[in-house]
Amino acid sequence: MKGIAGTLESNDCLITVETSDKLEIIINSPVAYLYEDEIKKTILEVLKNEKQEKLKIVMEDKGALDYTIRARLIVAIRRMK
Amino acid sequence: MRRSLLFVPGDNPGMLQSAGVYNADAIIIDLEDSISLSNKDSARILVEEFLKDYKLNKEIIVRVNSFDSPYYKEDLETLVSDNIDTILLPKANLENTVKLDAILSKLESKKNLTKTIKIIPLIEQVSSLLEVEDIALLNRVDGILLGAEDLTTDMGVERTKKGYEIFYPRAKVALACINAGIEAIDTPFTDTRDFIGLEEDCHMAKGLGFKAKSAIHPNHIDIINKVYSPSKEEIVYAIQVLKMAKTSKGAFSINNKMIDKPVIERAKKTIENAKAFGLI
Repeated sequence: MKGIAGTLESNDCLITVETSDKLEIIINSPVAYLYEDEIKKTILEVLKNEKQEKLKIVMEDKGALDYTIRARLIVAIRRMK
Repeated sequence: MRRSLLFVPGDNPGMLQSAGVYNADAIIIDLEDSISLSNKDSARILVEEFLKDYKLNKEIIVRVNSFDSPYYKEDLETLVSDNIDTILLPKANLENTVKLDAILSKLESKKNLTKTIKIIPLIEQVSSLLEVEDIALLNRVDGILLGAEDLTTDMGVERTKKGYEIFYPRAKVALACINAGIEAIDTPFTDTRDFIGLEEDCHMAKGLGFKAKSAIHPNHIDIINKVYSPSKEEIVYAIQVLKMAKTSKGAFSINNKMIDKPVIERAKKTIENAKAFGLI
């Protein structure tokens, strides 16, 4: 199962989520060298709230703030169903 | 008190983030017409998360999807919270505005809200225009927005820049709001670059009794605010009227114009508005 949410427009991010046998997070961001840990932390919080443990998450970041990352990930997960 | 209300699409992070920067008195976050059917879920959640993180220090209005769509229930269940002030109800009529009032009461109680969410019905159908006097008097309704694009489609007439076709609808909405003691809010001016046309349009509606105007582009806000605020001359005149009213018994005159009770009341209102908009 796969779910996608978001866009590649400025201030947004495109998140793709797929079922997997382990947790895998891939972040492609121009600010990864500064904020990768923060982005991962945000992703892990959403996974906890959405009760998800094993997923492959690919995030193409275009400068998304925290709330956008949360929103896009929540929708991508819910779109898997 | 509102003069300008800016529409912002609910699925655009860039626009949501910059909404607070403009001088609009209220932000209308849109989940309806500007959002494609495939992104209704995504807009709803983006707005929910945005409002958790950001307080814009302005009135936050959410335009939910209409009651004839499958989306409005989830919009309301997700977004009714202390983070919003008002629901803009598209395709509003007497029946669905009453229904929205009941839904909001339930949600406020279920979520233990600390405030009462207001309603702005969007009048965009002929049938609802004909019952606008009653809609304006309903519980929670604290403004009515005229939606001229859909209304003129329903009327089967051309929508023009001069707006003669909406003269009667505007007058009817304005009088209904004045009677109910709430704000009549005008339809947006859709040419984003015609500032002269915008100003004329604002004056036309203001002259009929409108107190505010919605905008689909931030570059309309300053003109709307200017027209719907008391001018310097009006403020100076109002101060002069009120000063003289204090010392005079009965009617008096300023520059050969008779000043009596209605003029004094208007002067009080001008000063009240000027204070509310931070002009004095």
